[in-house]
Amino acid sequence: MKKIVVIGAGIAGLEVSKQLLQANLPVTLIEQSSKIGGNIKNYAYLFPDFYNAEDLLNSYQYIITDPNLQLLLNAHVSKIDFSKKIYNVITKDGITIPADAIVIATGYNTFDARLKEEFGYGIYDNVITSVELEQMFKKQEIITPSGKVPERIGFIHCVGSRDAKVSNTYCSRLCCITAIKQAIETKKLLPLVEIFCFYIDLRMYGLLFEDLYLSAQRDYNIQFVRGRLSEASEMIDKKIQIKAEDTLIGRPLQMSADMIVLMVGMEASDFSKQFKYHNDLNVNEHGFFDPINPHNLRNLTAKEGVFLAGTSIGPMSVGETIDHARGTALSVLSYIKSN
Amino acid sequence: MGDLDFLKVKHLHIDYDKLELDLLNKVLEEEPSFQWCISCGCCTASCSAGNHTTFNVRRISLLLRRGEIESLEKELEKCMLCGKCTLVCPRDIQLRNVVMNIKRNILKYKMILL
Repeated sequence: MKKIVVIGAGIAGLEVSKQLLQANLPVTLIEQSSKIGGNIKNYAYLFPDFYNAEDLLNSYQYIITDPNLQLLLNAHVSKIDFSKKIYNVITKDGITIPADAIVIATGYNTFDARLKEEFGYGIYDNVITSVELEQMFKKQEIITPSGKVPERIGFIHCVGSRDAKVSNTYCSRLCCITAIKQAIETKKLLPLVEIFCFYIDLRMYGLLFEDLYLSAQRDYNIQFVRGRLSEASEMIDKKIQIKAEDTLIGRPLQMSADMIVLMVGMEASDFSKQFKYHNDLNVNEHGFFDPINPHNLRNLTAKEGVFLAGTSIGPMSVGETIDHARGTALSVLSYIKSN
Repeated sequence: MGDLDFLKVKHLHIDYDKLELDLLNKVLEEEPSFQWCISCGCCTASCSAGNHTTFNVRRISLLLRRGEIESLEKELEKCMLCGKCTLVCPRDIQLRNVVMNIKRNILKYKMILL
């Protein structure tokens, strides 16, 4: 019986596993944390329709009990041995798992906002990330870290994205719509709060994203300032002073806010970074895995029998990740059949 | 018709077909990073001169690109060359070098005219 190893039990890894189990193939699913779900566990609701993220994750719970699935939690893959025809996936604890096919579904990390020191994350109390705001939505309560119900919040776009100073020159593309989603959710909880989004370009690439942008302006009175945050500083009352240029009027702008939310971008996972200087798998200049081509071979690596799923190849929304993972499952199935 | 000079609206719009782009091309040649500005405004927001005068370092690029070079020399006198713009630029544009280059080229340009 052919054996498939899926690395990463985020939604990409779960979807690939689900599809392969349905085809009666045995799957070993390796997850580094103690729970399945990956990054989707950070989110309360998903754009653009405010779908409950937990419901989506729960729809995968049933596969855990599938007798064909071997789930390894708290397992870190330290090495993949490509020297024999049947590859070996080796974990830090020394477990060796033979694999006829390997699916890399190792997802992404969110950008470490402390690297943008001038934005004050980790230095000033009232600077939080979009991931931390999402935790507040889960509790349905928005309070600034200094314990105040905010009257004004600034959303800062492109933190760790489109920024040569932190070596991430690509656009994470999901943060724009996430900011708008989060601004609306914040307004629903605190109707009196003032919200300002500081952006360079608003990339509403999805069919329904522009509608949500319109709704943010029309129904929730969310303000947009075209200018990137240059620096943030803390005022004596713990408010954050925002310094940017209002580029449309062409003058520097200063604004105090009770809290600023940094829209952190998506970065390559530590797993893909470790392959940067590895001859067997291609990692591009942004640290993500490189598929053979980005058109009709988006799930395949140059290495035979090694497949890619989800955000291991670059920023993707939840829906796109699931679609991509299904494509990967299909590629794995045809590979297993032809061998 | 001299009385109707106010009807000549050539300064109200940018005539792209008649632009003077020599200075721009010269500057780009010497500092190519100037080409890839996305007008995010970080430079202007952090600018030491811009916080005390009407100087807007981001607009230098636009003025040059649209051929509005008459006002440029006067405008650049406000820059103190502190380099904060270069420090905050997310596109890694060497703005300080751009300013120096424009100043130098304006000077050369003037000498040719003399």
